[in-house]
Amino acid sequence: MADDVFKALADPTRRTILDELSERNGQTLFEICARLTTRHGLGLSRQAISQHLAVLEAAGLVRTRREGRYKFHDLNTEPLEQIATRWLRRDPPPEAP
Amino acid sequence: MISIHVTSVFVDDQEKALDFYTDKLGFEKKTDIPMGEARWLTVVSPAARDGVELLLEPDAHPVARQYKEGLVADGIPATSFAVDDIHAEHERLTGLGVEFTQPPTAMGPVTTAVLDDTCGNLIQLTQLPRA
Repeated sequence: MADDVFKALADPTRRTILDELSERNGQTLFEICARLTTRHGLGLSRQAISQHLAVLEAAGLVRTRREGRYKFHDLNTEPLEQIATRWLRRDPPPEAP
Repeated sequence: MISIHVTSVFVDDQEKALDFYTDKLGFEKKTDIPMGEARWLTVVSPAARDGVELLLEPDAHPVARQYKEGLVADGIPATSFAVDDIHAEHERLTGLGVEFTQPPTAMGPVTTAVLDDTCGNLIQLTQLPRA
C-alpha cells in the first residue's frame, strides 16, 4: 500500500492532478484534462491522463464514483494521513532523556 | 466563399430538446419542417437570428447513441456555446433545475462550465475574454 502511494506521488503530473482535485472534488475526466492543459500547459493525451488516474486510484489517492451516466473523480487523502502519522505525528517517546 | 450555416447535436427526443434549448437555454425556434418520422428542427440565438442554426438532430442511428454515451461517460461536451456572463448563466440555469457536471471554472483565458441537456449530451458554456 505505502509503496503504491509513494510511486503515485513520485510523478509531477500526478501531483498536479491531486492539486486540481484538492481545489474541487468531483471532476470528470474532461475537466481534469482541461485543467491540466489550460492551467499547466500539459499537453497530455486523454489516455495518458486516464492512466495517471488509474495509478492514483490504485494507490487509494483518488476515488471514482458513478452518478447516473457520469463518472466523477474525488481526492482521498487517507493514504497521506499514514505518511503524516509515520513521521510527523509520532507518539512522544515514553520517557524523555 | 464558404460558411457554416448549421451545426448539430444528436438528441434522443426532438420535442423535449426543443423545450430545453428554448425554454431553458434561451434559443428560439427557427425552422421546423416535417421529414418523415423526424423534423428538420433548428434553433438560433435571439442575438443572431440570421446566424448559425443549431440542428436538433435525431439520434436514432445506433452508433449515434454509442458516441453520445462514450462522450458523456468521460464528461466530454458535444459542443460549446458562448455566453456573456457565465456565472449569471450558471445561477439562472441551476435555478431552472439544469444540472451541471462542472461549475464555472477558469481555464486559462476562458471560463467554462458543463451542463446536461437532458437529451443525452453534455454542453459546454464558454465565457470568452473581453475583446
